[in-house]
Amino acid sequence: MVSVDSPPVERAASPAPRVKLLKTEVSRRTAWILRVSSVAVPLVVWWAVSGSGIVPDRFLPAPPEVWAAFAEMAASGDLQNDLLASLGRIGAGFALAVLISVPLGFLMGTVGWAQPLFEPIIGILRYLPASAFIPLLIIWLGIGETSKIALLVLGVVFFNTLMTADVVRQVPRRLLDVSATLGAGRARVAARVVFPHSLPGILDALRVNAAVAYNLVVVAELIAATSGLGYRITRAQRFLQTDKIFAILIVIGLIGLTIDVTLRVLRARVGRWSA
Amino acid sequence: MSLRFEGVSMAYTPGAPVLTDIDLEIPPGEFVTVVGASGSGKSTLLSLVAGLTRPTKGRITLGGQAVEGPGPDRGMAFQSPSLYPWRTVERNVAFGLETRGISRQARRERVAWLLDEVGLTEHAGKLPGSLSGGQQQRVSIARALARSPEVLLLDEPFGALDVQTKEDMQLFIRQIWRDLGTTVVMVTHDVEEAVFLGRRVLVLASDPGRVARDLRVEPFGEGLEVKRTAAFLAVRAQVEDLVRREHRAHLAAAHA
Repeated sequence: MVSVDSPPVERAASPAPRVKLLKTEVSRRTAWILRVSSVAVPLVVWWAVSGSGIVPDRFLPAPPEVWAAFAEMAASGDLQNDLLASLGRIGAGFALAVLISVPLGFLMGTVGWAQPLFEPIIGILRYLPASAFIPLLIIWLGIGETSKIALLVLGVVFFNTLMTADVVRQVPRRLLDVSATLGAGRARVAARVVFPHSLPGILDALRVNAAVAYNLVVVAELIAATSGLGYRITRAQRFLQTDKIFAILIVIGLIGLTIDVTLRVLRARVGRWSA
Repeated sequence: MSLRFEGVSMAYTPGAPVLTDIDLEIPPGEFVTVVGASGSGKSTLLSLVAGLTRPTKGRITLGGQAVEGPGPDRGMAFQSPSLYPWRTVERNVAFGLETRGISRQARRERVAWLLDEVGLTEHAGKLPGSLSGGQQQRVSIARALARSPEVLLLDEPFGALDVQTKEDMQLFIRQIWRDLGTTVVMVTHDVEEAVFLGRRVLVLASDPGRVARDLRVEPFGEGLEVKRTAAFLAVRAQVEDLVRREHRAHLAAAHA
């Protein structure tokens, strides 16, 4: 017989176990210590390993040698020229990709017919690795600037379109309704409501995809180029100049960080209201 | 200009009407509140007047003109204030005024007047995110009033506010109505609010939505204390019973 007097009760193990929250926080001081260690620890490990002689110098140059290689390349002007060449390609390729993807994504996020028309094909194209297009692009466009810029566009445009479309679609329905009742037509709603509402999100997408463009330009230059940071790395490889390769990699990392921080600051300014 | 519903029906999916055969005449300057159980199509009713939704049958006219779409002669505010979060309070209120050839000076004067009317002059330069819920709703209402609409449509505007703020807002909206003489159609799920504010209370029935009762309410008095008078409580109880009956019928229909 099952007693109907009392509802089934699960006996708690005593004492009740202490529940810990998943998300934790640290003090500002600790956070700063961790930030500094995040960079300092790998640097110290690198220095220690290269100084210990376990790894041949040719494979792992010590920090002072890398610095010397950097100073040499900077003094000859090679580094600046290569940097400008790479940045110029990113600027052109990324700008072109943005000019195509932002309006296209905007259309897909607003107008009913654009989504079913473009989504399937872009969905397929974005899974094709951009770097696999390099041979084809060289056949089509040669080894000059055009093929490199085309690669950047291919690598960025599809992702950025879909990400922009997602952001644009998130504009609350109510906001669009209210705008219509205030007499704003389509063009006005697009320019004065949807665009400002989406701008912070569009900048977030750009920040993610700027990193993709930056990676791709080096890949493109590794394969066929006569200038650029990627080209400089392949040259150094031929002469086994690992110190130069290290120096260039660090430069690539620092420039990438600068681009990221710049976009982040811009995003914070534009999106103050959404914070 | 009077607002008329002429045999209006609305179905989002064919064969499942949300509203059927609504015939109504709302003369200019009236304060109408609409109550009803869920599924009675209260919000759809407002959406139709706003022109955000089209009736599947019949038509709605304002001053004899058929409503064909949204327009500034019908201002609207929703339960969520839906302000432009990147615009300051005054630029939110100005949004509707930017769409026509109104001079900068005239726009500024109009916005200043509206902000004064809703008591937010000192908050003109702030972003909506820094305002309280009640203040945001005032901005939303000021924005809807900017183009001097013939009809002000309010869709559960105080539904998300705490009780004290809500009562302040009830007095506020009545004052606005008195000052401007605009027709107000307000949907609410709060019967007390409907009886307190409405000079006419429409009780909607569900499945499909239709007007079950069209009650005229004589003013009980000015302040919030009238909510405790016997006369007020009697009307309130009457409306509550009607709504409850519709709610039960709706549940029964859903289970059948």
